[in-house]
Amino acid sequence: MGLRRVLDDLEPHFKKGGKYESLYALYEAVDTIFYSPSKVTVAQPHVRDGIDLKRVMITVWIAAFFPMFYGMYNLGFQANSAIVSMGLESGGDWHESIISLLAGHDPGSIWDNVVYGAAYYIPIYIVVFAVGGFWEVLFAAKRGHEINEGFFVTSILFTLIVPPDIPLWQAALGISFGIVVGKEVFGGTGKNFLNPALTGRAFLYFAYAPNMSGDAVWTAVDGFSGATALSQIASGGLPAIASATGAELTWMDAFLGQMQGSIGETSTLAILMGACLLLLTRIASWRIMLGVFLGMVGMSLLFNMIGSDTNPAFATPWYWHFVLGGFAFGMVYMATDPVSASMTNTGKWLFGALIGVMTVLIRVVNPAYPEGIMLAILFANLFAPLIDYFVVKANIARRRLRGVL
Amino acid sequence: MANAKKVVLNPLLDNNPIALQILGVCSALAVTTQLSVTLVMCVALTTVVAFSNMFISMIRHHMPSSIRIIIQMTIIASLVIAVDQFLQAFAYEISKSLSVFVGLIITNCIVMGRAEAFAMKNPPFISFLDGVGNGLGYSLVLIVVASVRELFGSGSLLGYQILPLVENGGWYQGNGLMLLSPSAFFIIGFFIWALRAAKKEQVETREFRMAGHTEAEEAV
Repeated sequence: MGLRRVLDDLEPHFKKGGKYESLYALYEAVDTIFYSPSKVTVAQPHVRDGIDLKRVMITVWIAAFFPMFYGMYNLGFQANSAIVSMGLESGGDWHESIISLLAGHDPGSIWDNVVYGAAYYIPIYIVVFAVGGFWEVLFAAKRGHEINEGFFVTSILFTLIVPPDIPLWQAALGISFGIVVGKEVFGGTGKNFLNPALTGRAFLYFAYAPNMSGDAVWTAVDGFSGATALSQIASGGLPAIASATGAELTWMDAFLGQMQGSIGETSTLAILMGACLLLLTRIASWRIMLGVFLGMVGMSLLFNMIGSDTNPAFATPWYWHFVLGGFAFGMVYMATDPVSASMTNTGKWLFGALIGVMTVLIRVVNPAYPEGIMLAILFANLFAPLIDYFVVKANIARRRLRGVL
Repeated sequence: MANAKKVVLNPLLDNNPIALQILGVCSALAVTTQLSVTLVMCVALTTVVAFSNMFISMIRHHMPSSIRIIIQMTIIASLVIAVDQFLQAFAYEISKSLSVFVGLIITNCIVMGRAEAFAMKNPPFISFLDGVGNGLGYSLVLIVVASVRELFGSGSLLGYQILPLVENGGWYQGNGLMLLSPSAFFIIGFFIWALRAAKKEQVETREFRMAGHTEAEEAV
């Protein structure tokens, strides 16, 4: 118990009147990483359960490792393929000095791909974690609330939904906006009505559109340009789909994630593995996930039935919508954020379905946005409290009719 | 004259029409992409508030209460038309980029608000000063918003390039969000945040307060 004693010895310095009083939040965060907090419920009702906010958040964080590791591999794979097909020597910026120490540029070698991906991904993660952590600690110290693991989740999810080519200063700006305006302004964790990671992503999307959309940003090689599957669908429909280097893109490729896209969003398989973990531990709501899925299926079947002569995207079947773009990632990690989603069980179905419907609607009908899941989730976040309100009202009305109330 | 000074200076920070009364936000979103356009809009609005306050105050004892709003609107609308015609005659380019927003000063809540709240109860000269003060309070917020938007959106101030843009071979990448109207919401929000951090009395009272965690040792 040496560590416990060290922490206990330090504690008086951080308590009120101590030398480092303003840094109490930081001390508390370190303490509770190693030991269970001493805060317990003393008033009724008692629930004996090991689950708390910390464990919830850490589980989501671990679940995000599946798409993260696959994303690093795929980032390298796409980049190395592009390098080979363009006949280049390297990806062509400062990352190369790190990559060339450890690996080459053979798209067939898993090691080369992972090293390439890590050289791009890890700097983004470090920047996002450091900058986001700075704001988190600043607000916690200033406002006297706790630093909590919600930030681990926000930061890792944010890094997984940005394009691989993102400049680091933009990543820093995006996470700052997400944390400060998306969360801390409203009182911190638990009081935000928007998903902070998506808020940051949306800020970057509107502020620096050339770095966040278009054809040039999805593969981390300078000068490489290739449209994503979704923008190909938006312009030419499903037959126009091809991988970035021009080869055929099958459904299985898209499901496994062998295509370009935001870092963690490409592989539906890896995301579904994360989903299994979240559902088994009952961290994420299966109602929301299923609601999003059914909304998407229903809306795409509707568009298939209506059909269109001028817009080929109408004919896209639901199983393609499922594997392309950020749909799966949004469904599993973003829509299920317990703070910004609906709280009631019926509300969760409606909330999910709204996201699914809006995603397909934006993807198919709006030519300016090939991808719609980000805006769909933010839109549904705004409606979540309203949905809950009506669910509760309907419940009261039903019970009154039954004569129970 | 101490009172006059207070009437002019109070609306700047202590009782700002946009930041505290949250009036006139619509035009603060619409005309703030360029600082030069904003300045003209500020002058136009300040003129209209000041003179509408003065004229309404002059005839305040002769207005039947039941039709006072119509009379106020007539006076305000006449002033706005005069300002609009003046701009079209002497600053045609800027008047084009302001488009309908000069006309929409008629519906600006600050003008009506000051007429109802101040000019109806006070003599003309002090009402005029109140109009000037509120116009300046409005201008202060708009100028801050427009400076931030033009500087970070297109890297310039009043049309002079301060941050050289990437497109023209410089190093600064323009922030596209700043060129969209919603960015003004964020900037006004930050402005209000800063103002209320400095002037605590403007913070609204909380509707409710969440209880903190129960500490084991203090509860047992």
